[in-house]
Amino acid sequence: MSPATPTPTLTGNRGLHIEEPLIFEQGHPDKCGVDLPEPADKPDRLGGLARSGPIGLPGLSEPEVVRHYTRLSQKNYAIDSGFYPLGSCTMKHNPRLNERLARLPGFADLHPFQPEATVQGALAVMHRLSAWLLGLTGMEAVALSPGAGAHGELCGMQAIRAALDARGDDGRRVVLVPDSAHGTNPATAALCGFRVRGIPGDARGRVDLAAFKAALDDGVAGVMLTNPNTCGLFETDILALSEAVHAAGAYFYLDGANFNAIVGRVKIADLGVDAMHINLHKTFSTPHGGGGPGAGPTVLSPALAPFAPLPYVVHDGAGYRLVEHVEGNARPFGRMKGFHGQFGVFVRALAYIMSMGRDGLHRASGDAVLNANYLLARLGEALTPSFEGPCMHEALFDDRFLKGTGVSTLDFAKAMLDEGFHPMTMYFPLVVHGAMLMEPTETESRDSLDAFCDAVLALAAKAKAGDAAFFTHAPRHTPRRRLDETRAARHPVLRWEPPAPTRAAE
Amino acid sequence: MRYLPLTDDDRRAMLARIGAASVDDLFRDVPPAALSDATPGGGFDALPDHATEMAVERDLAALAARNTTAGSVPSFLGAGAYRHHVPAAVDHLIQRGEFLTAYTPYQPEVSQGTLQYLYEFQTQVALITGMEVANASMYDAATGVAEAAAMACRVTRRKRVLLSGRLHPHYRAATETFLRYTDIETEALDPDPMAVEDLIGRVNPGTACVVVQNPDFFGRLSDLAALADACHAEGALLIVAVAEPVSLGLVTPPGAMGADIVVAEGHAIGSPLNFGGPGVGLFATRKKFVRHMPGRLAGETVDEDGRRGWVLTLSTREQHIRREKATSNICTNSGLIALAWTIHMTLLGEAGFTKLARLNHMKAVELVEHLETVPNLKVVTPTFFNEVLVRLPGHGAAAIVETLAEKGLLAGVPLSRFYPTYPELADGLLVCATETTESADMAALAAALTEALR
Repeated sequence: MSPATPTPTLTGNRGLHIEEPLIFEQGHPDKCGVDLPEPADKPDRLGGLARSGPIGLPGLSEPEVVRHYTRLSQKNYAIDSGFYPLGSCTMKHNPRLNERLARLPGFADLHPFQPEATVQGALAVMHRLSAWLLGLTGMEAVALSPGAGAHGELCGMQAIRAALDARGDDGRRVVLVPDSAHGTNPATAALCGFRVRGIPGDARGRVDLAAFKAALDDGVAGVMLTNPNTCGLFETDILALSEAVHAAGAYFYLDGANFNAIVGRVKIADLGVDAMHINLHKTFSTPHGGGGPGAGPTVLSPALAPFAPLPYVVHDGAGYRLVEHVEGNARPFGRMKGFHGQFGVFVRALAYIMSMGRDGLHRASGDAVLNANYLLARLGEALTPSFEGPCMHEALFDDRFLKGTGVSTLDFAKAMLDEGFHPMTMYFPLVVHGAMLMEPTETESRDSLDAFCDAVLALAAKAKAGDAAFFTHAPRHTPRRRLDETRAARHPVLRWEPPAPTRAAE
Repeated sequence: MRYLPLTDDDRRAMLARIGAASVDDLFRDVPPAALSDATPGGGFDALPDHATEMAVERDLAALAARNTTAGSVPSFLGAGAYRHHVPAAVDHLIQRGEFLTAYTPYQPEVSQGTLQYLYEFQTQVALITGMEVANASMYDAATGVAEAAAMACRVTRRKRVLLSGRLHPHYRAATETFLRYTDIETEALDPDPMAVEDLIGRVNPGTACVVVQNPDFFGRLSDLAALADACHAEGALLIVAVAEPVSLGLVTPPGAMGADIVVAEGHAIGSPLNFGGPGVGLFATRKKFVRHMPGRLAGETVDEDGRRGWVLTLSTREQHIRREKATSNICTNSGLIALAWTIHMTLLGEAGFTKLARLNHMKAVELVEHLETVPNLKVVTPTFFNEVLVRLPGHGAAAIVETLAEKGLLAGVPLSRFYPTYPELADGLLVCATETTESADMAALAAALTEALR
């Protein structure tokens, strides 16, 4: 096959792929997509601070706006349209019931500072979600407010820092982080004034218990561990690890990004965990939305519960109350976010949890693990699994099977795009070479997995057969071909600017 | 179970292919002591089983029905969350599955839709704030202000942050919390709605940044140019927070007053109130500081065929590359709320955005006229956009709000909700009007307050 692109069309459009200019290139100042009543004509009270001169926003009518964003949407891959095995990201189906319920005016049209008596139903949602999260983890308390996973990590690590401070322990400033950890872990530890000490993995893809124990000393504040870990494996020594952490006087933070693998089967409290964030947008099906909003509620052990941040909901004789200031024996380390957290995400997650229930969540984690092991079994024939199975909810491969082919993990991923599949997570975790981390989730059918495996196996055969150009010039059939990221970083163009003649006329 | 496609036959066949006896067998690496359903008497027995769509809908709709919606009664609540009319097209478009169910655009060749709207979003944010560049969003304004303060410390290599007492108390608290365990010191002034703050006198060569809000938490609009000059004279940065983004359609933007970083809460444009979240933090700065900026950035480039396209760029600032040396730990941001914001802004355009802002201001001017008829009530905000502080001498504002809520009127937000330890603020009430506020609502509020304050 030639590396060239298919024959160009006259317009640049290609069937359903329609080129769409920026809004700034198609607007007209006289157009507006919203009809508004005329403002009264009274003297203003701006104190002389009225804006002068135009802002430069384009004007478009409603039909033009609808078409613009519809066309943009058609340039996106999404779970709704296909298999999205992005490891560690948990791209499972997003139920539409969740969307409908979050939009009920009784939830969507509530002001955060209405009197408590007028928002009892909303506080009940937060309370009920908290009860589910505590029931599923066996933990003591939950902070609902963190805005996403990394924010939840910060919540857990700040609670640890607060607990250390409360006991007057200012010598502990080291956090142990395995080499396989998400990048957010060391970034979060640094934000809490901790230094990071890396822990190597062993040949089985787990934390090296001996190295771990050797790294524990009285300068260690805590450990940040992901379990199942980022290689998709359960940390078989986890009970010994947590025991050693506590024996050393440190705290155990569990990165809950992979909680979906064990939900309904393992109570986090039984692992000796002191804090864990839960990505509602992974385990509990709320949409990723092209990069948020998520939510990262963080469950805490009895040792850390007193330090949970504000606000939180309590239920007493008078109904539900939102606690926004320090009261009782609580010693909150502060407030993480404006208002009361990602309420719209809470409604969606609760709708999902209630739909699945205890038995459904148990089955979901089982099917997620089954699907991942099925990929491991089928693809293991031609790809190179990094570690022996069984895996948990994701299967990790590396690029040994591509050795000598001239095809990289990146090239392989780009060829998958042409075949209609979103690639797996690439080059993460960092502990194996050319990582390919595949997470199918429980919401994929066997047919869908088989279609994916057939395509990947065919690609692997093609790579091994020596057709490197097929890969190195992929993708060819996507709305754009390979994009020049080096150029984007070297000469950053981060916003549209009016063309030069217009600027000269200003 | 409607979300699970595997049948029992599938499971059997797949287990056979894997060579495992059962699904439970795949969990054999979990220590038996940690498996809950293996523990006699333990497990998750107290939790309910799965439910039909109809049952879940009925159950949660009943909870929704227990709330009083802001739109069902005259409402004057603001204090950082503003109720605007969102055009129907916005919510329709953000529910397109290709937007709703996509991940962060890590594979740009199949994510041009997300990347292009983020680039347009960044441009709109930069334009309305009067800044040179903007990122692809933060969680909300509170966390955005916290990140901005940390960024100012990186830029200036200084460690002292000065917070205005007129900053939204949640922005202040989130910033103090975020920086609490770093080596950065924060100093926050007391909230005093009546005094003029002397921030200029407090800026010195150790100051990394001064953080103010405009309009401030008590509604007042200020000219920040002198403060900006004073900051720059000492080598400090000026960070300006904007809680009501619609104000930027009418008021001189922070960039034109000399701000170095602007953070705004965007959710008032494009999204319903949602009980306060999720929001979207707008974050803009000067070009020369861009490599210190937190968060994702979409940038223009070309593809292999030379066609224009967009990618996430400058990611060497970010946690997945820099790990403990990253500018921030942020990963997921607020993509879909940013989409709602940018669609609403595109529908408005220059004409609609400036008109909407003027409409809001005129509604507030009218509201103040109504309030000034109420005996024993003082409007204390001299210059404002769409929100003012009133004082109810001799009355606790919280009690008045409760009384009026029982009569079906959401009168405003009492300051005591934020400052319970400042008894001198207990008679303060924040009252706001937007384009959704009717003249009759204003008259009703004035009448109800007149009666309650008698």
